[in-house]
Amino acid sequence: MNLTIILLFLPLLLGALLNGIVGAKFKKSVSALIGVGAIAAAFVGALTMMPAVNGGTVDDQAVWTWISAGGLTVEAAFKFDSLSMIMALIVTGVSLLIHIYAAGYMSHEDQRGFSRFFAYLNLFVFSMLILVMGNSFLLMFVGWEGVGLCSYLLIGFWYDRERKEGDSTWPAEAAKKAFIVNRIGDFGFLIGMFILIATFGSLNFDAVFAAAPDAPDAPLFWGQTPLWWACLALFLGAVGKSAQIPLYIWLPDAMQGPTPVSALIHAATMVTAGVYMVARSHVLFDLSGVGAIVAWVGIATALFAATMAIASFDFKGVLAYSTISQLGYMIAAVGMGAYAAGTAHLMTHAFFKALLFLAAGSVLHALHDVGDIRRMGGLRSKMPITFWTFAAAAFAISGFPLLSGFFSKDAILVYAYEHNTAIFAVGAVVAGLTAFYMFRLFSIVFMGESRDADLTEHAHESPLVMTIPLIALAALSVVGGVAFLGFGESGPFYHALEKVFHGEHHAAPFFNPAMLISTALGLVGIGAGYAMYRGKSAEALQRANALVQLWRNKYWVDELYDRAVVRPLKWLSRSALWRVIDKGLIDGAVNVSGALMNAVGSILRFTQNGMIQTYAAVIFAGAVLLVLIRLL
Amino acid sequence: MTPELTYRLCLTLSAFLFAVGVAGVLIRRNAIVIFMCIELMLNAANLAFVTFSRYLGVLNGQAVVFFVMAVAAAEVAVGLAIIVTVFRTRSSVNVDELKLLRR
Repeated sequence: MNLTIILLFLPLLLGALLNGIVGAKFKKSVSALIGVGAIAAAFVGALTMMPAVNGGTVDDQAVWTWISAGGLTVEAAFKFDSLSMIMALIVTGVSLLIHIYAAGYMSHEDQRGFSRFFAYLNLFVFSMLILVMGNSFLLMFVGWEGVGLCSYLLIGFWYDRERKEGDSTWPAEAAKKAFIVNRIGDFGFLIGMFILIATFGSLNFDAVFAAAPDAPDAPLFWGQTPLWWACLALFLGAVGKSAQIPLYIWLPDAMQGPTPVSALIHAATMVTAGVYMVARSHVLFDLSGVGAIVAWVGIATALFAATMAIASFDFKGVLAYSTISQLGYMIAAVGMGAYAAGTAHLMTHAFFKALLFLAAGSVLHALHDVGDIRRMGGLRSKMPITFWTFAAAAFAISGFPLLSGFFSKDAILVYAYEHNTAIFAVGAVVAGLTAFYMFRLFSIVFMGESRDADLTEHAHESPLVMTIPLIALAALSVVGGVAFLGFGESGPFYHALEKVFHGEHHAAPFFNPAMLISTALGLVGIGAGYAMYRGKSAEALQRANALVQLWRNKYWVDELYDRAVVRPLKWLSRSALWRVIDKGLIDGAVNVSGALMNAVGSILRFTQNGMIQTYAAVIFAGAVLLVLIRLL
Repeated sequence: MTPELTYRLCLTLSAFLFAVGVAGVLIRRNAIVIFMCIELMLNAANLAFVTFSRYLGVLNGQAVVFFVMAVAAAEVAVGLAIIVTVFRTRSSVNVDELKLLRR
């Protein structure tokens, strides 16, 4: 196990430090080799977990005692169970492919930028592994903040870029937005941890989960138990990180980062941290009764984001809303108690969404970073590999039978069908919408004729270093479901998770009304999306009725937040906090104490006249005085 | 002359020498004279030490005197060096003129 820990963490940390500190002096090939090599070592490390974890229960591996204060002890220790193993495998596996892809995608950067990029990516994977491997809420939070930081750094990777024409935001601004919005969620996570410490006196997963059934019932606040509040606060953290209503607004803007970052962080791994957190704390969520809130927030987000994806004209924007929507699915699943199904969708989504983004990156790379799909079209023949892999991912996310998305999505929907019909109904509609917007995008970008010949004329297929990861991910998207999830409860994935989520029921996704309904809706969506947008001109795409107009403007949520939160806060900061408190109170206090010192000094100055003999006389007078006091 | 009287005379002399030293330090302006006055005070203290040492019949006072003399010698070496340097740069050893650090 020690070998596993060393392989998982050390190469990534060293890679980040090497590329981050002295990377500017390397050649690009060396930087890429360090970055890719480190993640490859971590992937091997994740693989070495398999025999032990599959063989039986492995104790937490403590590295050192991190905090020991009063009754609270937190160890830097890592959890080795099937859930952390699966997460580590997904994270390192998908990261490895994306690192390879990035070596090609970022090749136009100068050496400073290139090595900086790989340093950030390695640091991100390092943090993400701490997040999924940590055996306590606090250690998870360390990773949680680490990935948040890397997300900020990578969204703002092109921090010197200014606003592009037609864009609503720019990298530096988007990075700030992501960081600040995530801070709200992190605040919830912190509050949740405080309640857990107050209630259980520990943050260790096993200790908290063991004590949870005997948690005090006395209401903490508004008639709810401490456990309820703890779970709600932790869920707020998940809402921020996994981009759910009402904190999803940062994710679409996060697409300002380089595309491999969007694929890795804002689709495949980091944003699923919230899902993982809820799944990891499933004991608490089962007991607390917060699940219904979680499920409804998730499914509402899934629907809400899917409608916005239909109207977006930005290639990566569509994928961003799709990500939010799919995350909503996962959150809904874990909220209902379908933890294994939620985790399964997390995995398949990592495959096909990473692929969608990488294919998008391939297109953007060929079109010189123009992301407006109204100018694309007919790329099928120019970029055949990108086209076919994108098609595989689009079919997979639409739940086409026997592809990976079909297995995981239907596992969620079947569970919903049996436990909560209302959520199933919304989920099935979203399944149809997902297929629709995905094939709308597919149809507009790849089919028909080019809408801007000047732009697409010189488009060409990306180099091998980019297409090989595409092909690998396409293979995973296609066979990932059959290979890992299998039919019913037979797959190795569910079998492994059985040990973590005791006795969760997985219905067979075949010959079930839920499966038939959602698959039928998905197929209708595929057909409609493909047919409706095939060969439409840019002007025809532009046309919109009131509803589409609403979607296109993203329900004016950004504007609403701007007026309701940002502007009042700015006004308060400027008028009250700055003018009154900062300049008046704080600066005033400093100025007054300075003036006081000046006044005292101007009096005391007369004693410091620089004449040695005056000093000597004072010393003599003092000595005489002391003698007199002694004598009298 | 009784031993008592001898001690009194010695201590009176010590006090007198010390007073002369203090007055010199406070009144005179020449750094070298001030320096000599400090030596005068040190030796007045030495005289008091040996007097009491004999009076009380213990050797501590005499031991201290050797320390004082050693320190005084070191002080002379450093102090005179400083005064010579000051004289070289400022052509004067008048302490009233040595107040550069004053505002």
